[in-house]
Amino acid sequence: MSIDLKTIKHISKLSRISVDEQRAKKLAGDLNSIFDFIEKLNELKTDNVEPLTSVAETTLKLRSDEVKSENIREQIIKNSPQDNKDYFVVPKVIE
Amino acid sequence: MSDITKQSLTELVENIKNKKLSSTDVTKGFIERSEKSGELNAYITDDFSSALDKAKKFDQKPNFNLKLPGIPMAVKDLFCTKNVKTTAGSKILNNFVPTYESTVTKNIWNEGAILLGKLNCDEFAMGSSNETSFFGNVQNPIDKDLVPGGSSGGSASAVAGKLTPITIGTDTGGSIRQPASFTGTVGLKPTYGSCSRYGIVAFASSLDQAGPMAQNVKDCALLQEVISSYDPKDSTSIDFKRNEYSKELSINIKGKKIGIPKEYRVDGMPKEIENLWQKGIQYVKDCGAETIDISLPHTSYALPTYYIVAPAEASSNLARYDGVKYGFRAKGENLIEMYEKTRSEGFGAEVQRRIMIGTYVLSSGYYDAYYLKAQKVRKLIKNDFDEAYKKVDAILTPSTPSSAFKIGEKTNDPVSMYLNDIFTVPVNLAGLPAISIPAGHDSKGYPLGLQIIGKAFDEQNILNIAFAMEEKISFKNQINDWWIK
Repeated sequence: MSIDLKTIKHISKLSRISVDEQRAKKLAGDLNSIFDFIEKLNELKTDNVEPLTSVAETTLKLRSDEVKSENIREQIIKNSPQDNKDYFVVPKVIE
Repeated sequence: MSDITKQSLTELVENIKNKKLSSTDVTKGFIERSEKSGELNAYITDDFSSALDKAKKFDQKPNFNLKLPGIPMAVKDLFCTKNVKTTAGSKILNNFVPTYESTVTKNIWNEGAILLGKLNCDEFAMGSSNETSFFGNVQNPIDKDLVPGGSSGGSASAVAGKLTPITIGTDTGGSIRQPASFTGTVGLKPTYGSCSRYGIVAFASSLDQAGPMAQNVKDCALLQEVISSYDPKDSTSIDFKRNEYSKELSINIKGKKIGIPKEYRVDGMPKEIENLWQKGIQYVKDCGAETIDISLPHTSYALPTYYIVAPAEASSNLARYDGVKYGFRAKGENLIEMYEKTRSEGFGAEVQRRIMIGTYVLSSGYYDAYYLKAQKVRKLIKNDFDEAYKKVDAILTPSTPSSAFKIGEKTNDPVSMYLNDIFTVPVNLAGLPAISIPAGHDSKGYPLGLQIIGKAFDEQNILNIAFAMEEKISFKNQINDWWIK
């Protein structure tokens, strides 16, 4: 299997990480060597194996529906890269 | 006074309780040593002045009933600490100040401990050498230009270098045990679900677990009993009866059955590691335990499985870093460009690589071939352990396939770096507890570790085996303080 530059560009778009040509080439090389190593799994027949999604043998617990907010909006907004006291600000979306 | 930092956690607790030392004495001692240890680069953020204030406050109104009375402690910078910057070793969180405290650190402060600072780690805990941190690599106190392991490299370096009496790390594929092994310290990765993940910066949620890193097994047991708790804020936290591990610690392991898995004898493993393993087998026999040859047939599939499952979960977990609500933001002409540039400039190369792997294996057309396949193999790996535990009480293996390597030695070859975790990764996939203890040195004088893997929730048993072995091994870390200015 080989991951080409087109695939790298596609994954880069899906993961919202822009990569330039040079970086894309490096990534293609790295990913190919990693996937060569991952292909080992194809040696195993797993048709009748149940997938393991969690090792925690527990069921989700219910809790009562109570408001536990500490009203810390100001503190939370403070962490935003561009604050405007009341909102998170992003580049203009609608013209 | 000068030898305060040489004392173990257990000794410090004892000395504070019987008033031979004050919390201020102890805190000052570790701050002074930490300040002289800049070259190790173990800290990302220090909180020394506030630590000293807290120590003074403790001394004015001491509570000696607590388990960690006035004990200063630095923690891995992956744990959210309220009002203290938490970076996860990443540029993208360079200016992030949590508004809440992780459950694990909250448990620690509730028992009287005091935050010294936040310790360096691989970016988002992705790495095995602490070289992926945005804040620079960490030096191993054992020797200059030697990696401390990773991802909890700052934590391992800080404990081995005695900048903190004890610490906590996180372990997703070996990030506590491998650095412990590289620095001659003790590291425990608890059973999945025993320590809350609430407030820990998420990497791979089905694998991540917090755990103690210490100078000896007893200290490790004491911290484990403090951090392990049922927490409704973590939906995978498990409500089970937790022991007072340090009180119930015993060297009596007579009659215990210890499995020796043949698949851990991998190609190209140095003779020194094999010899160490044989010595370990002799030690447990000398303690009255019985060793039994076992097979974990899917061992060699664990690492490829891990490199699908962990990046897949990471790509999903790290989707939240978009430059909107917190952290670093790059400028962009429009919203999409802002996202793409923020993530491109904010994440380092290894994190980007893993997000890309994860995105690929979860993408349309590849999900079944990779992600589902990996989940099925994960089941087979867990079945191997379930089968083995019908015959044995614990499993003994080397912790790593080599001793610590030089800084820069493996950075250009991701697969060779990943192979470091070959003995530690299966444990995370199966959700089991495992401890690494220092067990000897290689020809260069670098420490080597042995790993004891337990049944789920059987931390007490592996701590006891480690405790018994520790007495036989009587390991001494060879550290000459080369970095002290």
